[in-house]
Amino acid sequence: MNEITPASIGLSREDLPNSYIGRSVPRPNVPKLVQGRATYTDDVVLPRMLHAAFLRSPHAHARILSIETAAALATPGVVRVFTGRDIAEVCDPWVAVLDHLKGMKSAPQHPLPLERATWQGEPVVAVVAESRAAAEDGVAALRVEWEPLPAQTDMETALAPGAVVIHPELGDNLVFTRTATAGDVEAAFAAAHKVVEATFVTARHTGVTLEPRSIIADYNRADGTLTVHQSTQAPHMMQGVFAKHLRLRESDVRVICKDVGGSFGIKVHVYPDEVAVAAMARIMGRPVKFVADRFESFTSDIHARDHRIKARIAVDAQGKILGFDVDDLTGIGPYSVYPRTSAIEGNQVVNLCGGPYDFVNYRCTTTVVLQNKAPTCQYRAVGHPIATAVTEGLVDMAAEALGMDPIAFRRINLIRDDAYPRTSPSGMRFEGLSHHASLDKLLEMVPVEKIRADQAAQRARGVYRGLGFASFIELTNPSPFMYGIGGARISAQDGATVRMDPDGSITIASGVTEQGQGTEAILAQIAAHGVGVPVERVKVITGDTQNTPYGGGTWACRGAGIGGEAALQSALALRAQILEVAGAMLQAKPETLDVVMGEVVDRASGTPRLSLAELGRIVYFRGDTLPRDLPRELVQTRHFITKEYPFAFTNGIQACWAEVDVETGMVKVLEHWCVEDCGRVINPLLVDEQVRGGIVQGLGGALYEHCVYDAEGNLLTTTLADYLVPMSAEMPDIHVGHVETPTRESLLGAKGAGEAGTAGAPAALMNAINDALRPLGARVTEQPFTPARILKALGRI
Amino acid sequence: MIPITLTVNGERVTRHVEPRRHLIDFLRLDLGLTGSHAGCEHGVCGACTVRVDGEIVRGCLVLAASLDGAEVTTIEGLSDSGEVADLQAEFVARNAAQCGFCTPGMVMTAADILRHHPQASRAEIREHLSGNYCRCTGYQAIVDAVEATLAQRRQEAGR
Amino acid sequence: MKWPAIGYIRARSLDDLWEAQRTHGAAAQVLAGGQTLLATLAFRLSEPGVLVDITRIPELRGVSLAGGALRIGALTRHAELARDPLVARHAPLFAAAAPHIAHPAIRNRGTIGGSLAYADPAAELPACAVALDATLHLLSARGERRVKAEGFFTGLLSTLLEPGEIIAAVEVAPASPAQRTAILEVARRSGDYAMAGIAAALELDATGRVAAPRLAFFGVGDRPVLANRANVALAGRVLDAQAIAAAAEALGDDLDPPADLHGPPEMKRHLARVLLRRALTQFLPAKEMAA
Repeated sequence: MNEITPASIGLSREDLPNSYIGRSVPRPNVPKLVQGRATYTDDVVLPRMLHAAFLRSPHAHARILSIETAAALATPGVVRVFTGRDIAEVCDPWVAVLDHLKGMKSAPQHPLPLERATWQGEPVVAVVAESRAAAEDGVAALRVEWEPLPAQTDMETALAPGAVVIHPELGDNLVFTRTATAGDVEAAFAAAHKVVEATFVTARHTGVTLEPRSIIADYNRADGTLTVHQSTQAPHMMQGVFAKHLRLRESDVRVICKDVGGSFGIKVHVYPDEVAVAAMARIMGRPVKFVADRFESFTSDIHARDHRIKARIAVDAQGKILGFDVDDLTGIGPYSVYPRTSAIEGNQVVNLCGGPYDFVNYRCTTTVVLQNKAPTCQYRAVGHPIATAVTEGLVDMAAEALGMDPIAFRRINLIRDDAYPRTSPSGMRFEGLSHHASLDKLLEMVPVEKIRADQAAQRARGVYRGLGFASFIELTNPSPFMYGIGGARISAQDGATVRMDPDGSITIASGVTEQGQGTEAILAQIAAHGVGVPVERVKVITGDTQNTPYGGGTWACRGAGIGGEAALQSALALRAQILEVAGAMLQAKPETLDVVMGEVVDRASGTPRLSLAELGRIVYFRGDTLPRDLPRELVQTRHFITKEYPFAFTNGIQACWAEVDVETGMVKVLEHWCVEDCGRVINPLLVDEQVRGGIVQGLGGALYEHCVYDAEGNLLTTTLADYLVPMSAEMPDIHVGHVETPTRESLLGAKGAGEAGTAGAPAALMNAINDALRPLGARVTEQPFTPARILKALGRI
Repeated sequence: MIPITLTVNGERVTRHVEPRRHLIDFLRLDLGLTGSHAGCEHGVCGACTVRVDGEIVRGCLVLAASLDGAEVTTIEGLSDSGEVADLQAEFVARNAAQCGFCTPGMVMTAADILRHHPQASRAEIREHLSGNYCRCTGYQAIVDAVEATLAQRRQEAGR
Repeated sequence: MKWPAIGYIRARSLDDLWEAQRTHGAAAQVLAGGQTLLATLAFRLSEPGVLVDITRIPELRGVSLAGGALRIGALTRHAELARDPLVARHAPLFAAAAPHIAHPAIRNRGTIGGSLAYADPAAELPACAVALDATLHLLSARGERRVKAEGFFTGLLSTLLEPGEIIAAVEVAPASPAQRTAILEVARRSGDYAMAGIAAALELDATGRVAAPRLAFFGVGDRPVLANRANVALAGRVLDAQAIAAAAEALGDDLDPPADLHGPPEMKRHLARVLLRRALTQFLPAKEMAA
């Protein structure tokens, strides 16, 4: 399908009235959202539906001695109780490893454990009842006898002698380690003019999707089919998972995903409680609903970013970066999470450190260890905010050590915009990035001189403000090199089917999914653009494995770049087909015709010749009047996969202007800027708010968010009043700018945009805080940057 | 079971409810009004914001049984009344909703600003919306939408 | 989580309430605004047998000025505190405190009686009541008694309230022209419980001399803490930088804060000092503030 080139479709289409690509088209599905008329999974009610609730382990590590269910079964409304053994009869365990992550290991995981619970919050027993309240009554009536076991919670000691080996059959708690090296690190650091080092800590986060994880599984004994309504990012992947582990044929499983209330990576993983729900529906032959409540979300949604990074940078006297040397340690909980695995985040740190810069010598090791805390896995901008904080933190410290302005230092070291294609010291291949153009654009937006003047004036008054920058790269549009080559049935390709119905309306079905980021809007835009119809004539189908082409769903910023390209190519194919039919009807050569705003027109003059509704009427109802052998399939499917590059990297730079109250340690973000290059911008309105939302999530992580455990592995932040996420009062106005370096891998040229904000914001804020604190000789590198940490850094407490 | 008769979106409804039923489950499960969402069920996230007797409340912190004689307005009723059609249009135009799960509660709170604080500044809008979590948008488009609606209404009122 | 199975009684009068208490004894739990109680039910940490809804009892409502005192009915909601003209004039500290409490939707339901009865040490209104030397009217089937706010709070989430007793009203002396009050707090986010807070009330005479200083702190102990030593350090002195420094110094012995998720005790002590300085600085004449 790549034979379609921009030239073959005529770039002049950009100027046509139905040229939607690049336009701020409002999302067609927002009216239902603002009127409360969407359909989230919990809004779905099925006949004879039951509700599940789980007894979760109160211990970080404990042996299950006995489970007494009689009182639970006697509770009004309770229908059935399931233990791990009950579920295991119909459901096989999984082991989350990837073949291409050499040496990786993890233990088999059942939906409900058979012998031991290994984190506080692990689902252990399920109660199914006529209502959720009754199911919880039943859970309260369960009696489980536990033998508490020593818990391994500190990742620093996970590999030390005397550590509690969480899965004895694995031999130790090491899940994965990898070191990337390039050049001669020892020599470079030995010869350096300056070496600066620091230890960074990124806090354990969780996604806090406002809609909790939700699932309804319904097994029909008559035809042996399992229908799952699920709030998920990856319906096709989940179809395969349910089929494989419940011993069903993949074609007998249908996953339906209507509106999703936020995902951010949280809803792309296999959760044991959700698989248990499917297993219980399989056993009971009736629908079972489970919606996590907020407390169990905190203990059972994946966590992320629990890293400690020791890192150093070497620079020469002219300010050129000679090398980075990074040692990353991360604790991932007791199991690697299926099927993406929990080694990817650390692996990303190895891939991404130093990413925006031109340097030669690199060494980065990640060590991924088990611990008795909630499992961690991929969460928005996987590894990026960690690598960016390390890189940009070191860059600012190096600039300071050299007495250089941080912008000037970046100017010297950012990879030149004409230096592509290029391979990074960690082995990442960059097709084309725009660090300098992005910096230029940022400097047009950020009034640096005015800010510096204000900063000086405020300091004289005892008010401490700082300006921080963070360049970043972001990995998007993944190929099978991310998961597929490791053996995971996670599709990197995606498909789209575009069809025209008798009234001339267009329907597009896509394997990518809508999580609120605007997938359906851009698919409609692209289809409208590609076929040549008003966007309001396009309907979009996503989130149904039975009615969409096979695809990977939403992850790693692939919706626009992969799904969008499949949509464009199928839409162009449909347009070509329409023109062939129109040509036959109008006695004209197809290439002399065009489709504009739902009408077939004369390409040269623009004169309307035939409406699509009329063409549809003829094709669908009077096909007898068309030439006998004329192809008339007004439906086209195309699939797209990237082939040249394993990933399409994007880049950008952020700036943060913040004030630190040095008496209270409180940080106020005053203003924030981001320039990002996601290639072709399909809809600036959506991209801008994606970037802003990502920035706010990044700022939240840097300022507030932290899953706090005590030494015994008890989670202390179990409510929304304890795990703090950003609210509107504290968040700044955010300015977003774009540089466009389209990927040449696709006609559309789009790369991902959803994670850039999160990737760079924590680093920009950290650098702003440290810029503010610099006159006082204080520095913070441990997130979140709480008042206590800032006051401690200032020596005030 | 407690008998209650109340007005929901202008319609009188009579039901017998379990005392343990909070207002949001009553709306969602007993009346099928699924526009109000249970995001945390402990009074923090604001996704369940509805109006009771003219004032916004957390639906998850109100017993349905306590509402005999009350007047409840949900996002569905607010939408049908046309009271905030301009605000909703601004939400659409500015993409002030992503996943939409917070949006009904956000619109209810924003409507409260329109009613009670017609002169609200941008900072006051941000402050009033605090307590309604949005995990997707970054809030700016929402604040913009409220600010624009206020400005438009002030202009129309000739103030 | 879903609330546990509970009963519900709607009391329309005090007699209804006493009747419900007689019938259900300790299982009866008074429900006012419910903004704390119902949230705790969602944790299933407590399982009250019966909730007795007191929100329709007329005697517990209303704000009035009578007998030389401002009486704030226990059912007065935070939003009402913020906008009531009598409160604004005679107890402006309560009006200033209200916007700090959670968020608009919570303030539309939560009541002053509920806040005082729950006695969260990080809550604003208990500290304001202490700072204003409020008198609480406690009511039960046995009759009414009056206690000073200062002694009402007996520990973490605990008060002098006896079984069957409710707060009927909060009474304060109307603010004199010499009175100065302020409430300041440090909270991670707008509406969050304070990491540390101060509710300050004092009188300044024409010469700037301090009388009747009552600095009450919240979020720094197991209950609202009246800073006696700091108050002593201020009393009778002309309020100036030295007096403020002396009060801040003395404050160290007034507080014994616990650690919490936000930080160690020394952080709370430090923040309390900062807030003390900031609150008192607000009371300085304008030219001294500028200095």
